[in-house]
Amino acid sequence: MKRAGFDTIWLPMALLIPQLMIIAIFFYWPAGWALQSSFFLQDPFGFGSTFVGAENYTSLLGNDQYKRVAGFTILYSVLVTFFSLAIALLLAVKADKVIKGAKTYRTLLMWVYAIAPPVAGFLGILFFDQSTGPLTKFFQMFGWDFKLGVDYNATATAMVIVAVWKQIPVNFIFFLSGLQSIPRSVREAAMIDNRSATGRFWQVTFPLLAPTAFFLLIINITYALFDTFGIIDALMKGEPGNNPMTLVYKVYLDGFRGNDLGGSSAQSVVLMALVLLLTVFQFRLVERRIHYT
Amino acid sequence: MVETTLVTPAETHRPNRIKWGAIGDHTILILGALLMMLPPLLALTTASHDAVTIHREGLQLTLGDDLGKNFRTAMFDKGGFTQTVDGMLMLMNSFILGIGFAVGKIVISMMAAYAIVYFRLRFATLAFWVIFTTLLLPLEVRILPSYEAIQKLGLTNTYTGLIVPLIASATGTFFFRQFFMSVPEELAEAARIDGAGPWTFFVDILIPLSKTMIAAIFIIMFVFGWNQYLWPTLITTDEGFFTLVRGIKQIVLSYTDSQIPEHGQALALAIVAMIPPVLVVVFFQNWFVKGLTESDK
Amino acid sequence: MAQVSLEGIRKVYPNGFRAVQTTSFTIQDGEFVVLVGPSGCGKSTLLRMIAGLEEITEGVLKIGDRVVNDVDPADRDIAMVFQNYALYPHMTVRKNIGYGLKNRGTPAAAIDAKVQDAARMLNLTEYLDRKPAQLSGGQRQRVAMGRAVVRDPALFLFDEPLSNLDAKLRNQMRIEIKALQRRLGTTAVYVTHDQVEAMTMADRIIVLNEGRIEQIGTPSEIYHNPASTFVASFMGAPPMNLIKAELDQQSVRINGCRDLIHAPQSFDGPVTLGIRPEDVEVDEQGLVSFHVDILEELGAHRLLHGRIANQPFSVMLGKDDAAQVGETKINLKPEALRLFDRETGLRL
Repeated sequence: MKRAGFDTIWLPMALLIPQLMIIAIFFYWPAGWALQSSFFLQDPFGFGSTFVGAENYTSLLGNDQYKRVAGFTILYSVLVTFFSLAIALLLAVKADKVIKGAKTYRTLLMWVYAIAPPVAGFLGILFFDQSTGPLTKFFQMFGWDFKLGVDYNATATAMVIVAVWKQIPVNFIFFLSGLQSIPRSVREAAMIDNRSATGRFWQVTFPLLAPTAFFLLIINITYALFDTFGIIDALMKGEPGNNPMTLVYKVYLDGFRGNDLGGSSAQSVVLMALVLLLTVFQFRLVERRIHYT
Repeated sequence: MVETTLVTPAETHRPNRIKWGAIGDHTILILGALLMMLPPLLALTTASHDAVTIHREGLQLTLGDDLGKNFRTAMFDKGGFTQTVDGMLMLMNSFILGIGFAVGKIVISMMAAYAIVYFRLRFATLAFWVIFTTLLLPLEVRILPSYEAIQKLGLTNTYTGLIVPLIASATGTFFFRQFFMSVPEELAEAARIDGAGPWTFFVDILIPLSKTMIAAIFIIMFVFGWNQYLWPTLITTDEGFFTLVRGIKQIVLSYTDSQIPEHGQALALAIVAMIPPVLVVVFFQNWFVKGLTESDK
Repeated sequence: MAQVSLEGIRKVYPNGFRAVQTTSFTIQDGEFVVLVGPSGCGKSTLLRMIAGLEEITEGVLKIGDRVVNDVDPADRDIAMVFQNYALYPHMTVRKNIGYGLKNRGTPAAAIDAKVQDAARMLNLTEYLDRKPAQLSGGQRQRVAMGRAVVRDPALFLFDEPLSNLDAKLRNQMRIEIKALQRRLGTTAVYVTHDQVEAMTMADRIIVLNEGRIEQIGTPSEIYHNPASTFVASFMGAPPMNLIKAELDQQSVRINGCRDLIHAPQSFDGPVTLGIRPEDVEVDEQGLVSFHVDILEELGAHRLLHGRIANQPFSVMLGKDDAAQVGETKINLKPEALRLFDRETGLRL
């Protein structure tokens, strides 16, 4: 709040009401409802709902399929985060270094940000096409009979590749802006103190970039968990079958296709807890960030 | 270019030195640019071929003759399961979602942020926490209950049901709050002494000052709204409300169900779905990058 | 035009911090009063309370004959110049200056005439259609002044208006502001931490420390007769020398050595002895021994920094006076000696 704020009451009330109404109706009501119905079995908005306590949760933990999905989600998030961060960092460092064409490179490397995940997934289908896809042929060269949508590992690989590709621009933008905000004088001091460019990068540039990297770590995990829904949905071509999927996709699948509302709600609550955990972690990092800058 | 006219001592000693480092840098950057550019470009070239060629040979590197035909069919021929929806309708719906979401978000969050930052309110702190808790849980996490809420309100297959729930997160309010906090205190004080009331100050000073910020957030939100997939998939079952991004899977499926899948037309639609957000991001990239990278501070 | 009076004004922040202790003073109509003190002394809080930007915890504030404690800043008939100028960045100079008039419903033609007048007075006429970003620091300062002048208020408030300018410009603007205030005859309250500004601009100076008034007086009174060691050391550059000494009737002892100095008044016990560096003469036959460590050449005069009986001490000499590093003797002008209570720091 500003130190000399206005004292009126009605204007700020009127200004706040739209936002508060929207989040009350579309955030707090649904979130509370999810929490409540995760303790019920059957159709919670009919009359047939029974209170089952934590049963939905315990049955989740005992469910092998759920464990498998959770396992895939973790692996998927780690791979997507690692590769998209690594490639983006490499490109950002190079784009920060070159003098000619820096602006052009930036444009070329970032515009994919604007492509919607399911559209990226659709492009992926063509690249991984069974008979004509260039990447299918590439994997076949190594003797891997790559079958998108049929072979679990093949589908998983395709999902990771498309998700990484789609996420590189965001990471690139943040890394580049982080690099550009390192003061010129610091770099010049490092040039005088250290002859090796690699040494300078790991000892000076990278530590200064660490806050950005931490922030991006969270962003990327969130991305892998939630925003890749469209990619996954497109790549399994509407047939979940034996295909790999993330936790969010399973919430959707059980809730909307399987009509297991209690189970799906319990999964939602588990996801909420996961996100809260990530956020707490992020806030602690944000606090640390202040020391860096 | 200054750097080419300067002659450093090292260069005078070795006039024809080749800068291997710079060549390496450019090579990596060009490879990276190709990695990012190639898939959409191939989509464009492939979209210019007829269905049989694409079905038999897959992605095409060269431009064919059917570009216009594929786009025309995709945009103007009624298709889908009900044979009532064409590309133009989906394009319009995408714009309604993108612009409606961005404008709604900006208006609502600017008002809320102004109320929180510039007024001495007893419940300002409470309002702050009530609003910012929503940052913790993205829509995807609470997708099922949100859908139930919309259904109970009878808002499925309406633009309201499509757009308003997406606004129910505090990202915009958070951006504007951060920005308002960075506006010098003295500006509001000077305005008060100049006789401006809270509303006059908002309209005369704060909104004009936020122009760049508004532009940046508009771009980010437009792209975000345009690219929504999961929520529209649930809320709009009537094809008349399909956006391009929401419709793409349906279209792909209905095209691929036929003997020879009409991949050319499906690609044409995918390209139409990419063009507006891509243009916005490319043309306004300075605002966009600024908005994106400063939002986390 | 107005007289401003503060009667028992106090400010306590919600967190319990006492920014301003109970304070009373009156500013005469047309007077230029400077509030000076180190940062955190409460001078800005005091000014902001007069402006109405800060609530008054206790006491009565009058501008003219009107009690204004609960009057909105816009209705107090004041104008304020801020440290960072607080110009509206998206408005032209013309609009910036006229904004206050516009909000008061002044007709457009009258606004234009008044803005023109103010601009002429401040040499801003050719910049009227520029935006603040296209102006230099000094020009922005003038626009801020124009915004204050154009409304013809009863009271000008200045919150460190020159501290963002470089030294040369600051000297120039100091004179301009003072001249403008003289010409308009408007009462002015001016906050600064720079004692040179305070000395040169003020009709009366109010020295503040830790939320309390240390002294109110004309620049000359403050300089020559500081009411406390705080004022003595804060006002004047270089500051007044303050030496620990013992007084026995009228004879002064510094560190046990009885020197043949006569104090202007009689006292027994420990005191702090104050003397301005320019009231000291170097004299081979002098009574006090002074060890010179550093000689500072300032052009118009020279400064000797050193020690008397192991206490830091400075002497100011004319530019032609001979001086060198090492042991020397000095004389203190007896009539320039000021005595302060060692415990309280107050003038004896």
